[in-house]
Amino acid sequence: MNALKSVFAAVAALAAPAFLATSAFAADAPAAPPTNWHAVVLFGLFVVLTLAITAWAAKRTRTAKDFYAAGGGITGLQNGMAIAGDYMSAASFLGISSMVYFQGYDGLIFSVGWLVGWPIILFLIAERLRNLGKYTFADVASYRLAQGPVRTFAATGALFVVIFYLIGQMVGAGQLVHLLFPQLQYVHAVIVVGALMIIYVTLGGMVATTWVQIIKACLLLGGATFIAFGVMANFGFSFEAMFAKAVEIHPAHNAIMAPGTLVKDPVDAVALGLALMFGTAGLPHILMRFFTVPDAKAARKSVFYATGFIGYFYILTFIIGFGAITLVATNPQYIDAAKGGINLIGGNNMAALHLAHAIGGDLFLGFISAVAFATILAVVSGLALAGASAISHDLYANVIMKGKATEGNEVFVSKMASIGLGVIAVLLGIVFEKQNVAFIVAITFSVAASANFPVLVMSMFWKGLTTRGAVLGGIIGLLSSVIMVILSKAVWVQSFGNPAAIFPYAYPTLFSLPAAFIGCWFFSITDGSARAIAERAAYPAQRVRSETGLGAEGAASH
Amino acid sequence: MTTACDKIQNNPKYHELVHKRTVFAWTLTLVMLVIYFGFIFLIAYGKAFLGESLSGGVTTIGLPIGVGVILSAILLTGIYVRRANGEFDELNRQIIEESV
Repeated sequence: MNALKSVFAAVAALAAPAFLATSAFAADAPAAPPTNWHAVVLFGLFVVLTLAITAWAAKRTRTAKDFYAAGGGITGLQNGMAIAGDYMSAASFLGISSMVYFQGYDGLIFSVGWLVGWPIILFLIAERLRNLGKYTFADVASYRLAQGPVRTFAATGALFVVIFYLIGQMVGAGQLVHLLFPQLQYVHAVIVVGALMIIYVTLGGMVATTWVQIIKACLLLGGATFIAFGVMANFGFSFEAMFAKAVEIHPAHNAIMAPGTLVKDPVDAVALGLALMFGTAGLPHILMRFFTVPDAKAARKSVFYATGFIGYFYILTFIIGFGAITLVATNPQYIDAAKGGINLIGGNNMAALHLAHAIGGDLFLGFISAVAFATILAVVSGLALAGASAISHDLYANVIMKGKATEGNEVFVSKMASIGLGVIAVLLGIVFEKQNVAFIVAITFSVAASANFPVLVMSMFWKGLTTRGAVLGGIIGLLSSVIMVILSKAVWVQSFGNPAAIFPYAYPTLFSLPAAFIGCWFFSITDGSARAIAERAAYPAQRVRSETGLGAEGAASH
Repeated sequence: MTTACDKIQNNPKYHELVHKRTVFAWTLTLVMLVIYFGFIFLIAYGKAFLGESLSGGVTTIGLPIGVGVILSAILLTGIYVRRANGEFDELNRQIIEESV
């Protein structure tokens, strides 16, 4: 057994040196549960596998197109998997299943909001994005507009979303690792995630990132399916039997089968819905994935597959939450005796992990823990690549060098930017460790929905859009959403300690999204400059390319 | 530069494609918005209805409705991809062929 343990330790050490360093801290925390070796080994195997893929991908990554878009050679099914892998975060897996565990039906309402943006992306954005762009959504927004201002604005919006999203993922990673491996310190976990992300992205570019996301999506969907299957097997595959047992056990009883307190104020509910729906369509790392497929046909297919996988995943988390009520809440082994009730040992996000243990024992708990950690790696890699491309392709190559940068320099800048973003993400992860990060989702999705989405949609569908309208409208959306989030309860009261919020709602999109559209419209129609006239005249040709794919970027030949 | 692009703009099939696809895409968008925000309004104003028993047991009417919203998203994307990758792409192929 000792020999086996030392092999495990060697694998873990190879994968992530910080793991080794932590053994020294084990003695400091005698009350903590023993290290979950299954999780360490399985996570180590995931890291070894993904590093091997990165080494393979590095050999295939020669041109800028390989680096940013995997040569455009990813199939629709693969891209659908990778999108699902990009989108299904550890927070949604652990958070939504726990929300179902505590609040029942409300968890389902919440997860529905995260799915309904996907059809909108398909109907309005995916194929036009693929036909018009090359590597970033700024390619599309600036297609017939002035490169400098529009790309600078789009890159700012992209970096804003990427950095806040990264903070959320990093803080989540640190906390998750602390739950799973109590001996490993928060700081080490954040550094491991940052270091692996830099390796995947700088060496393997989009090819490695895509495969990390595909593997993670398979593992997460496979693991969640196994848990849900185990739950249903306990009830002879009868939902009614499972719900009956859950209603009997849960302290809220029948109330868990109906909407509860999640939707109190219809205005907030609609604003949240708008943020999730149109914010998804403004996430730069998601939009970037559409340039990895060869044509519009594959772009459409990838959204269909992604929607299917993500929808299936949310249905699984619902079963997992109810399964936890029946199998975890009934077992004193998992209940926090000090808090009583159905409160869980290790905190309120542990429902899925305890359920994994109840169904598959230590080994399966280890597997699910490793998958949850791998999930964070896949998400941050996609984010880092999107942020790096905004810096290198938009700001460096097209704004600063005005399109005259060599491909080699552009990719080099991109790799340096990935390293820079990795370092920034680690530092911000450490800074925000003890902060309240509840505002992160509100700010990222509100900015994506109010700044990125309106400019992108207007540039594709409205011939009257001019540079002035796009930039000013986008800035209005960006600033108004940021200011309103700062004045809302999550920041103004919970972070700054003021007694009452100035902005009464959690999400500003009901106001900031229309403000951005109106801003784009107003500052475009009042723009009588020669440049504006030329930009309007260039629309029909853009429309031909966006609708028919004439002149669109093809797949690389190799 | 004038040739292919101008030819396409003068091709009635192009206008047919753009019109059909735009109407189809915005119709499906509207359907998705109505389904989702209808669900939200039902939660805000029809909590009691969603909490009614589906068939005498503990399963409520809200359950198939919530799962139905998820399935409708998948179904609507399927409907769009089927028509776009079939009928619309065939029309698109003809347009490109006639113009290049």
